Amino acid sequence: MTIETTSAGVLALIAIMTVVTLVTRFGGVFLMSFVRINPRVESFINTMASSVLIAIIVPMAVDGDLGALAALVATAVTMLATRKPLPSITVGLLAAALVRYLG
Amino acid sequence: MSGGHYSYQFQASRVRAEFFRLLPISLFVVAFGAAFGLASTQEGLSPLETILMSATVFAGASQFGALDLWGAEVSVLPMMVVVFAINSRHLLMGASLYPMLKQVPPGRRYGLMLLLTDANWAACAQDYQNGRHNLEVIVGGGLVLWLAWVLGTALGVYFGGLMQNPEAFGLDMVLGCFLLTMALGGRKSPRVLVAWLVAAVSALAAWKWLPPNMHVVVGALAGGLIGLFWLEPKAGSGKEVASDH
Repeated sequence: MTIETTSAGVLALIAIMTVVTLVTRFGGVFLMSFVRINPRVESFINTMASSVLIAIIVPMAVDGDLGALAALVATAVTMLATRKPLPSITVGLLAAALVRYLG
Repeated sequence: MSGGHYSYQFQASRVRAEFFRLLPISLFVVAFGAAFGLASTQEGLSPLETILMSATVFAGASQFGALDLWGAEVSVLPMMVVVFAINSRHLLMGASLYPMLKQVPPGRRYGLMLLLTDANWAACAQDYQNGRHNLEVIVGGGLVLWLAWVLGTALGVYFGGLMQNPEAFGLDMVLGCFLLTMALGGRKSPRVLVAWLVAAVSALAAWKWLPPNMHVVVGALAGGLIGLFWLEPKAGSGKEVASDH
């Protein structure tokens, strides 16, 4: 099935995208309401939660240019040393800018 | 669940504080929004359609993904698959917040989820790892991120990209760096580090060999399996949860 991108068509497409995205925003919460939370489930979702971040970041580092890698490494080092997010992000961006300027 | 008591107390002052906590990162979201607004009008969407999409979908990567499929006609099923795959991480994010969300009445619970996105979720999940229940960041942080995304989109639609070359300033890395600080700010134990290693390897393998946009869910579930079979030796927080029932 295809939809022509007329005014009505675009509105329909936006509505479909909105509904699909809502299903993802609601679905996990809805399914969990049928799960009894015990320590094992709690352990699963906690480990999964931080793994989401790793699974987003690592391919970004591998796929990106040298500047992207520099940004992530500099952010990680600063964060581990200072435990302050904003300075760490700033250092990361500066590292990317510097590497790209030189490169 | 039925019979649960909804004990979570929202504090307006904390919602406000979380709004301002995520304000700095939202300034960068304006720049991404502008990039989307520009790209969208270049694909032929009208200004109002573009702004409407950002306001109702509120998920940048999937909006860019849909634009890739845009033309005189759009095939509905492939578009739905792309949007679902890119946003499927929300399923896991929502599930991970459930121990807190079950303390909130269903109407408000799903209302909160309307504002769920990467940055406010990451902040909330990090606080939870550190023992703080903070659904206020989903509301306050989500609101400022949504405003920034819609405002940025509008700026991009009417004025084009705000900068010639945002990559030169490293701005494409803001979200990645932010998420990294949230990951590193949480609790770290051998168990967590092993889970991260498994998540990283699985995500890379999925990214390389599976259909596109599946790597986040695959990596996250693989990391979660470590937690499923390897429990924290002192189940202090587990006891508290069990006594809820």
